Amino acid sequence: MTSFSKSIGMMKNVSTTAEPVATKRTHSAPPPASAGQEDTWLLEPEEELRARVSDLEFWYGDGTQAIQKLNMPLVDKRVTALIGPSGCGKSTFLRCLNRMHDLYKGVKYSGEITLMPENVNLIELDPMVVRLRVGMVFQKPNPFPKTIYENTIAGLRIRGIKKRAVLDEMAEKSLRQAALWDEVKDRLHQSALSLSGGQQQRLCIARALAVQPDILLLDEPTSALDPIATARIEDLLNELEGQVTILMVTHNMQQAARISNYTAYMYMGQLVEFNETDALFTRPKCQRTEDYISGRFG
Amino acid sequence: MLNTPDDQLRAAVTPAPNFLRKRAMIDKLARCILFAAAAVSVFVTIGIVYILVSESLVFFENVSLTEFLTSTTWTPLFAAPSFGIWPLLSGTLTVSAIALSIAIPLGLLLAIYMSEYAPPKVREAVKPVLEMLEGVPTIVYGYFALMMVTPLLQAFIPGLPGFNMLSPGIVMGIMILPYTTSLSEDAMRAVPRELREGAYALGYSRFYTAIKVVIPAAISGITAAFILAMSRAVGETMVVAIAAGQMANFTFNPMEGAATITTFIVQVSLGDVRHGSIGYQSIFAVGLVLFLMTLLFNVIGFMLRRRYRLAY
Repeated sequence: MTSFSKSIGMMKNVSTTAEPVATKRTHSAPPPASAGQEDTWLLEPEEELRARVSDLEFWYGDGTQAIQKLNMPLVDKRVTALIGPSGCGKSTFLRCLNRMHDLYKGVKYSGEITLMPENVNLIELDPMVVRLRVGMVFQKPNPFPKTIYENTIAGLRIRGIKKRAVLDEMAEKSLRQAALWDEVKDRLHQSALSLSGGQQQRLCIARALAVQPDILLLDEPTSALDPIATARIEDLLNELEGQVTILMVTHNMQQAARISNYTAYMYMGQLVEFNETDALFTRPKCQRTEDYISGRFG
Repeated sequence: MLNTPDDQLRAAVTPAPNFLRKRAMIDKLARCILFAAAAVSVFVTIGIVYILVSESLVFFENVSLTEFLTSTTWTPLFAAPSFGIWPLLSGTLTVSAIALSIAIPLGLLLAIYMSEYAPPKVREAVKPVLEMLEGVPTIVYGYFALMMVTPLLQAFIPGLPGFNMLSPGIVMGIMILPYTTSLSEDAMRAVPRELREGAYALGYSRFYTAIKVVIPAAISGITAAFILAMSRAVGETMVVAIAAGQMANFTFNPMEGAATITTFIVQVSLGDVRHGSIGYQSIFAVGLVLFLMTLLFNVIGFMLRRRYRLAY
């Protein structure tokens, strides 16, 4: 497993001196220089970080600025939820982390998304290399028109893994992680499209997990599913806490409250508040956060 | 009485008394016209099949099916006629095979380029050109094969006869290229963006996304494109009639000239063969074979499509 992720060796093992992890909680965040207007609040988590976003800005090809001076830590092996009204830039921000925007013309980034502990800025890496390390699950299940087995190991195949034993082992392990193994173990070689929507989405999660991603991005992973399938995915995400670093966009505040350890509230392309989930929902530091979570707007 | 403004408003939006009856009549009329249109196409098809089969039966009263299917000489207009379909089939299959071996790989490559790589501007420029290829009359392709491609090929292949199957095969490949390209491209572009992004998100390159995800997802449309191209190649007439010669010749060698089924039909129907003679009847028999071939392709295409049909 570890030997596997090492063998991929996408990073040239930049430095062994990890950035000092902030151990002190600064209770008032330094407000971004440009956004001098309303209050923002940024928790400095005590736990180890997997990534740090610094002054990230993003522009679409038509020149629209979708992200403004965004600062945020991403805690290792924890679930972080991104909430905010439609069009606030949650998904846009999420898609910066695997450089998905680079598929389309004319987009521009500035600032840094530093992966830890290697201390590399993924804005400066080749997007394809970034995507080999940062996995993503989409709003709508999008299994490939292949068998369940082939879907699960698609990411391994593209990394040139050929050993049958490794592939079989990883397929089973990630299907188990995605709580799908028992339902599909007898029909691994049937088309993935024969699965139900909820099963397809868990397959997509298994597919993303199989390559041992540094970070797993989830873009409203349950919004196309019924409540039962949603509950299963939520259980599964709870299970993954402590194993994978997850950043998840959700429209559903209850979902954020149920699943995540940390929550970030975004509004109009800016981060308003980042805090431990319980704290953010019970004792929001910013008026704008409180207005949103109490349903006064958005 | 329209006393209140509310009453007036209601009166203004109330339909005329015969409104429902009128609407029902229009509906009925529309249904009749649409059914008639559907019926015409079905009856025409039935009519064609009926003529082909009944005239072929006359032919097979005089010629045994065994001879038709096993003999390798086709000389229906000779004093001592021989009726083996193989020379015509070999010509048809050889020319079609050459055409498809050009149109399928080239069409697929072009489709991948157009749907996955080409910037919109390039696509907008290339598509009309391809559609123009589609609009060129086939007789022009025929002369293009005979006057341009054959001499060009003769420069490279010494001893290539003026009538050969290679040249019309190549030209026919170019001719059906727009079909394979534009239908495959449509099928590939119809693959949802989420599927592509799913592949990219796993670290797929553009090329691998195209061949490992987009093409498998679009396979039903791509197959349909190839089957259509195949039917088209087998039934194509002018190019081969002009550039491949009119001698029935049992060979699969593209360097030789040979008549195809369609060439033979043209030759007989334009010539002075007497109506009702066995030579005349023979064109219905070979026509039936041609019809069965294209029918077979279409059935195969239909089955493949069903097998690969995907629910996005």
